[in-house]
This record gives sequence, structure tokens and C-alpha cells, in this order.
Amino acid sequence: MADVLTAAPPTAASSPPRRFSRRWRNTLIGWSFILPNFLGFAVLTLVPVIAAFVLSFMDWDSYNAPEWIGLKNFQRMLHDESTKVALKNTAYYALGHVPLTVLAALGLALLLNRKIAGVGFFRAAAFFPYITSMVAVAVVWNMLFNPEFGPINQFLHFIGVDNAPGWTTSTSWAMPAVIVTSVWRDMGYYMILFLAGLQAIPTEHYEAAKMDGANNWQRFRHVTLPGLRPVTFLVLILLTVQSFKVFDLIVVMTDGGPGRATLVLSQQIYRQGIVEGEFGYASAISLVLFLLVLVLTLTQFWFNNRRERK
Amino acid sequence: MKAALRVLLYVVLTVAAVAILVPFLWMISASLKRNNEVLTIPVQWIPTDFQWKNFSSIWTQIPLGTYLRNTIFLSAVITFLQVLTGSFAAYGFAKMRFPGRDALFFAYIATIAVPWQAYMIPQYIMMQKAGLTNTFWSLILLQAFGAFGVFLMRQYYLTIPEELSEAARVDGLTEYGIWARVILPLSKPALASLALLTFVNTWNDYMGPFIYLTSNDLWTIQLGLRSFVGQFDADYAMMMTGSVLSVLPILLIFLVGQRYFIQGIATSGMKG
Repeated sequence: MADVLTAAPPTAASSPPRRFSRRWRNTLIGWSFILPNFLGFAVLTLVPVIAAFVLSFMDWDSYNAPEWIGLKNFQRMLHDESTKVALKNTAYYALGHVPLTVLAALGLALLLNRKIAGVGFFRAAAFFPYITSMVAVAVVWNMLFNPEFGPINQFLHFIGVDNAPGWTTSTSWAMPAVIVTSVWRDMGYYMILFLAGLQAIPTEHYEAAKMDGANNWQRFRHVTLPGLRPVTFLVLILLTVQSFKVFDLIVVMTDGGPGRATLVLSQQIYRQGIVEGEFGYASAISLVLFLLVLVLTLTQFWFNNRRERK
Repeated sequence: MKAALRVLLYVVLTVAAVAILVPFLWMISASLKRNNEVLTIPVQWIPTDFQWKNFSSIWTQIPLGTYLRNTIFLSAVITFLQVLTGSFAAYGFAKMRFPGRDALFFAYIATIAVPWQAYMIPQYIMMQKAGLTNTFWSLILLQAFGAFGVFLMRQYYLTIPEELSEAARVDGLTEYGIWARVILPLSKPALASLALLTFVNTWNDYMGPFIYLTSNDLWTIQLGLRSFVGQFDADYAMMMTGSVLSVLPILLIFLVGQRYFIQGIATSGMKG
């Protein structure tokens, strides 16, 4: 790889006529910087992205030649119970994961955005779950959620809840258990983004509000929240994309079960495409996943722009 | 009144911290128990009889040494390539002007927004046709050229004043010289952030190895850990011992480089 980098400029410098040479040279040098990464990126990301789009309209099982079948993959989805369940579960997960993570992360950021002794420790404690491996997280939380012996249900019994839920063993409580786990894992990451946002709000704004006689709540409502808007927007987009991509946590914690209670789209893509070898159909589901994320992101952009203009 | 508020704040913070850390306390506590002592009523947070031998017997129960070696190898190679190619490409995007630059950068940004799952099938087919599935090559190739590194480094390079590279140009340094001798030394914090984030991500990655590595002697620590869970007679204490061992290196890295994690995340969050 190093050879490519060092070899490019001399050949570029020697040949072309003087007048063009500067611009040419500059372009070639610019490209030579980008090329090592771009080659890998183009072959392994850009091409697959385009291929996935084309494959969605094909029938291909890797043994027979691919065949163009138009919209048949998409029609098949309409009648495929598993895919519909996966879509519903993914939406359910996102609806729980996004708002709860935002609230938890914002709460933590507000609590920890002050100069007090030990604040570094508390921030580190809140962040550490985010870099803990998903497998360890899933295994531990599965035990914590154990219906009979887990500390969570023992605690619920202790405070007087008689019929504590069966969590990952129950079709209706498995998804909430997954959501709780993922909020716990992710809130520290978004807390850091919110902290950066809070620190970007000029202190003069708070002082001015104080001078106008605003109380704590009013200052939060009229200075902090509007000041956080750009960060909140970014957090919402990142979280939405992340929610629709959820895979590791579900595979390790519930493997989509019990039954299909926590089956999500990316798992369905994996099962159809890599386990069953239905490349065309799996790509069509991916395209739907991508379009969903795209529409949601664009909607958020649109909302954000409208609010900003007000 | 102020003192009372302060005490209240610390109470709230301590309760929150304990609640957040409970899973880790459970993990450590269970890793030092006998298997039949893990799930009990009531929960026993401190083991009656510390089973330190869990931490030695796990090495013979599963090929943990192999898993660790594989994980370290993959994480190190991918991190090295990502940092090298990412910081190099970022120079082209942040410090040079040439036709096609912005279109290229747009392609990078656009794919960051595309969920990986949306193109994992074509990637898998390509790897299969190239005969690279079930080799480390597949994972190295797939993860070493990510757009994230380019993006993060570019954001940082943009904060370095243009006058510095201009002055170096006047002094007769080539663009490669400016990258190596001016920009790289100035961007050590960003390089550290990118390296740490990439290393930890690769270390913790489950989906990649899960899809691409099928033979046991190529498995990473995450796959090895997961295989415990798959067994019918789940060995809870050993599962937790394995978890502690898989989290420990990350904890050490985090304690040393905490600052860089935080800065890296804050930088990547700032749109520019």
C-alpha cells in the first residue's frame, strides 16, 4: 500500500506540460491521499450498496443464475408473516429505545454538567456500559431478568409486586427487557453528546435570564432546551438509525424469541440472506429497511428546519 | 440550604451510579461463585467462598487463549489500517482542493447513513466468491476502510489553522511531508480517539465474526463467550468469568484513555 502512495506523485510531476502541471499535480496528489482508503471503501461499501439495490429486483440463490423478477420480492414481503412481524417489532423497539434513551441521556447530562468533586467518576460509570461487549451485556442482563432467581424480580417482589413479569421468557415482556438493556447500554454515549451541547450554550444567556428574573424551570425551558436543539436533533437521528439496525443485542439476548416476539428486520435479513441463501429477497428487505431509515431521517430534518424558521 | 442540596445531589448521583453498575457487580460476584450459587433467593452479592479457581480453569474449559489471540490480532490490524488510511485520506479532504473532492466526500457521508445490514448480503457474496469467508481477511477488509475514521480525522484537521500548512509549503515541504511532519504530530489526540474507538469496537464486534468466522480456531472472544450460552446446561459462573475476562482489557484501555474516548465522541458529534 505504501508503494502506491509514494509512487503516484513523481509520475504525475514529470510528464504533463507546464501550464497544466500545477493543477494536474495537485489533483493527483489529492487523489493519492484518498485512494488507499477509497479503494477499500469503494469495493467493499459503495459497490455493495449499489449491488444491494439491484439485487432487490432479482431472484438469486447463489447456485442458479440471477433472474430479474421486478417487484416480486416486494410482493412476497406483503404475504410473509415473519417479515411483517419483524417490521412491527423493529418499530416497537425503536419507539421504546429512542425516547427512553434521550430522556435518560439528557437527565444524566443535566445532573453531571457541573463542577463538583467526583463528577469524573460518575460520568465514567455512566459511559462504561457503552463500551462493554454486547455479549457480556446480554448474558448478564439475561440473568438479572431471570423470572425466578433474578435480582430484578426479587426486587419487584420486595417492593410488593406480586405477579412480576417473565421478561425474556414471556412473549409480551421480552421486548421491554431488551429495550431496558439497550437504554442502559447506550445512554452514556448520548450523555456525552448532550454534555458537549450543554457546554456550548454561552453562560451569558443564563445570566441574562437570571437578570430578567427567570427561575430554574424557566431557565431550563427557555435557555437550555433551545440551546440543546442542534444536539437533540443529531441524537434523534443517530438513535433512530441505530434502533432500526439493532442486531447483536437481540441475537445474543433472545435470538428473536420467545417465538417471534423480538425478531427484528436485520435478523430477518440475516436469516433469509445468509442462512437461507435467498440473496434477492433478503436484499429487498434491506432496501425496505434503508428506505424506512431514510424517510424517518428526512422527516426529522424537515421538522427541524420548520422549527428553526419559526 | 445549599449544603442540603449538595448532599441530595450526591445521594441521587450515588444511587444512579450503583444502579448503572449493578450488572457489573453481578458479573464480578457471579464469576467468583460455584455454579449452583449464582441464581439464589435471596441474591447473595458477596460469595461465601471465593472461587478464584474459576479464573484458571476457564482457560482449559474453552480455548480462551486462542480466542484472545485472535481478537487481539484482528483488533490491532484493523485499528492500524483504519488509523493509517483514515488519517491519510482525511488530509486530502481537509487540506487540499481539487476537482471531485466534495463529490467523493459526499459518497462517504451518504454511506454512513446507510445501515450496514442493507448491504451485508452483497458484501457476503463478494467475500464468498473471493473465497475469503471463514478467514480473517474478510473482517480486516470489511472493517479497515470505514468511513468513520475519515470523517473523524477530517473534522479534526479542519480545526488546524491553514497558515501552518501554508508556511510548510513555502518552506518547500511536499504535501506528504506536511501530512507526516506538521499535521500528524498536531493531531495526536484525534489519532488516539480514533485508535481507541476502533480498537474497542472491533474487540466487541459480534455480528462480523458471527457471520464470517465459522471455524472454532478463528473465533474471537465474543463468539467464544456466546458459545457458553448455547450449551444446554448453562454454566453461569463460567459465563460470568468469561465476561469479566472479556471486559477487563476494555476497562484498562478505558481507564488509561478515558479523555480520548470522550473527545472522540464529542468531535464526531459536531457536524462541520
